[in-house]
Amino acid sequence: MTHRYPTILAIVLMALGLLVPVGETGWIGSGSALACGLLSCAAVAFCLLPGLRGREHVVSGAALLLGAAAPLLLLRGAGPFGVEAPGLWLFVAGLMLFLWQRLEVLARLPGRGIAALIAPGLFGVAVLYLWQIMVVGFAVPQVLLPSPAQVGHVLATRMDILWPDFRQTFLKAVVAGFATGSSLGFVVALAADRVPFLKRGVLPLCDLMSAVPIVGIAPIMVMWFGFDWHSKAAVVAVVTFFPMLVNTLAGLSSTDAMQRVRNGWH
Amino acid sequence: MNDWSAPGRATTTVADSEIAIDIRGLSLTYQTADTPVLALSDVNLSIRRGEFVSFIGPSGCGKTTLMRIIADLVSPTSGSVTVNGISPEAARLKRAYGYVFQAPALYAWRNVVRNVMLPLEIIGMSAEKSSERAKKYLAMVGLTGFERKFPWQLSGGMQQRVSLARSLAFEPALLLMDEPFGALDEITRDHLNEQLLRLWEQTRKTVIFVTHSISEAVFLSNRIVVMSPRPGRILEIIDNALPPGRGLDIRETPAFLDVAHRVRVALRAGHSYDD
Amino acid sequence: MTTDAATLPARVAIGHKGGFVYRFAPIAAVVVFLLVCWYALAVWLNAPLVIDQHTRDETSWTARDLVVGTWSMERPVLPAPHQIAENLRETVFNTPIDSKRSLVYHAGVTVSATLLGFVFGSLLGILLAVGIVHLAALDRSLLPWIIASQAVPILAIAPMVVVVLGNLGLDGLLPKAIISMYLCFFPVTIGMVKGLRSPDPLQLDLMRTYSASQAQTFRKLRWPAATAFLFTSLKVAIATSLVGAIVGELPTGAQAGLGARLLSGSYYGQTVQIWSALVMASLLGLGLVFLVGMAERLVLRSQGAPP
Repeated sequence: MTHRYPTILAIVLMALGLLVPVGETGWIGSGSALACGLLSCAAVAFCLLPGLRGREHVVSGAALLLGAAAPLLLLRGAGPFGVEAPGLWLFVAGLMLFLWQRLEVLARLPGRGIAALIAPGLFGVAVLYLWQIMVVGFAVPQVLLPSPAQVGHVLATRMDILWPDFRQTFLKAVVAGFATGSSLGFVVALAADRVPFLKRGVLPLCDLMSAVPIVGIAPIMVMWFGFDWHSKAAVVAVVTFFPMLVNTLAGLSSTDAMQRVRNGWH
Repeated sequence: MNDWSAPGRATTTVADSEIAIDIRGLSLTYQTADTPVLALSDVNLSIRRGEFVSFIGPSGCGKTTLMRIIADLVSPTSGSVTVNGISPEAARLKRAYGYVFQAPALYAWRNVVRNVMLPLEIIGMSAEKSSERAKKYLAMVGLTGFERKFPWQLSGGMQQRVSLARSLAFEPALLLMDEPFGALDEITRDHLNEQLLRLWEQTRKTVIFVTHSISEAVFLSNRIVVMSPRPGRILEIIDNALPPGRGLDIRETPAFLDVAHRVRVALRAGHSYDD
Repeated sequence: MTTDAATLPARVAIGHKGGFVYRFAPIAAVVVFLLVCWYALAVWLNAPLVIDQHTRDETSWTARDLVVGTWSMERPVLPAPHQIAENLRETVFNTPIDSKRSLVYHAGVTVSATLLGFVFGSLLGILLAVGIVHLAALDRSLLPWIIASQAVPILAIAPMVVVVLGNLGLDGLLPKAIISMYLCFFPVTIGMVKGLRSPDPLQLDLMRTYSASQAQTFRKLRWPAATAFLFTSLKVAIATSLVGAIVGELPTGAQAGLGARLLSGSYYGQTVQIWSALVMASLLGLGLVFLVGMAERLVLRSQGAPP
């Protein structure tokens, strides 16, 4: 059940937004935007009716979609927006308030799996949406902060450059470095667990290393291994070595003495 | 003068005035992953002001659940409960009762006197007044001199005494105690039972005491409510007329053993191993 | 014997029984072993250069010459520990603090960015944690994103942050502090969420029986219960914040700071300079974590924790 007062406030804000002047032509300039805005208001108001139950999700979903479409359609048109379009921002504020109400409802839904992804998914989409609206609305220069649409466009069309970059960074440097560092850490942990003297010597030093900015060895690795992926893999290896060592050792120590004796490990 | 050689007769040691807690047709079903579980089934009970009532039954019979309903920590699915004539929620908001849990639940970062002052701070009492009040109740449970100690420095029994003092500090008329001495050794438990009885005789609060020790129930209370295993129903209510000012040695008298026997019989009658 | 549910997380005993020798002999042994390996590695890595030099000078060389040579090169591939120590002594003690060659000056620049980022990050983390614990909507929708945010490689965002802020007229300390903040708010958030949720259900029930408001429950129960968790995560946060400050200096051609020192060392092939900057950064990290640890001890002592 959507709470009454915040939802009513949301409707008020959205309606106000539609009435207050926006840019040069106002909402009237873009008929589709105005239509979406009005329908969205109506849908939100509809959600206030009691006894909707399951259909409330459908209606509120429609309200959100229409409400999201309205500013996007409006921004297609001409005219300065930004600070000269208070109506737009009032409408968006009302929409976000309504979205917050829906998130509260969705957050209380039980369930794992897909159900648990709805709330964060919606939240993420809302953040992207706000980013888009604000970048376009305030005409933020592209060098400063591109809009998600532009980022998405480049991602889709320039895969030919991005994919080899991905392979170089991730598949070569990260995977190789991770495998090396983790396995080394594991082996040293096994040795340290077997030899208590070694454990008492190594563990405090590793705890110290957690305070050290290991990323600083990057220039040194570049000097040793050159600019190719090997130096990156080396940094990854060192960074993953210590946590692996500390945690494996902690895991091995957590078996109690009785279990070890029973399995013949002293 | 009470005639305790004739056990089971209701006496008039208790002010027979208003009903403190009135429970009618109370049921609680809670949803689990597979099937709904009926925890309490059609409980009817009236508790008068100033009574000391024990709930006794096997584990899982719903005695704690019943008390949590009275405390407004859980809502029933059907039936009605009134506390001092108002709903449990209203009673909770008015801070009409003190609750003592099975574990002391003290705050490790506060010393003993500040732990007892906790409810008084929440009510908004002034620091001086609450400190005075706290010290008074600590004295009542026999912990003078321990005010500045921290919980980790106290034994289990002492911590539970602090918890008791804390629940008494804001002077509620109703005390709900959920197996408060269950985790303690017998010697400490006996000692605390005696202290609790003295306290009750002094202050005449209404006390609801959940326990699964028959001797504790018979020693402390003047009415014993025997409950059946799940779904919890009231099997029998046994009136208990032991003399006031009694000490622990009353547990070896025939009258005591007689009441204890009645309780045991009732428990066994309701306890079925077929579930 | 306390079975108290609100007991502060016990100081983990790492099995340090026994005296000084028992505890420090193994550490000393490992350190000595590592030093020996280091010197050997230095000989091995620097040998080609020394041999080249001798061949060019057309002088013959003995093993001893080789060893001594590899340990005292101007631009070694791997400097020997005593060379690093010498350089440290030189730049820390024998250089005036306001000079650009003083390591203390560079450390100071990095530390200021670290501390600023640490303060921002901790405040942000605490605020987010309070929000997540009290508002179900934030818990479900924001927490997954916070966890996901740490998967974004900070080094990639650092130049963007510097550029955007530079265009808004903010440069120098602030971009680095923002990068530090981005890295260190995460452990504080997660630690505080755990800490604020750590009170026993019994204690929360107790607060209900007192009909305490949410604010009262927060002030009297959740916040003190979260103290130990807070300090644990602050220790992680300050180390991470240092990483952020150094990382913030790397890609942007900063002129001052330990990261800048690392970078300029690698540009001009001053290996010893790189290593001494690294050692300085490590000492800094250890020192900062130690300071937070001291603060933790003080606070916990005042909360009556067992010594």
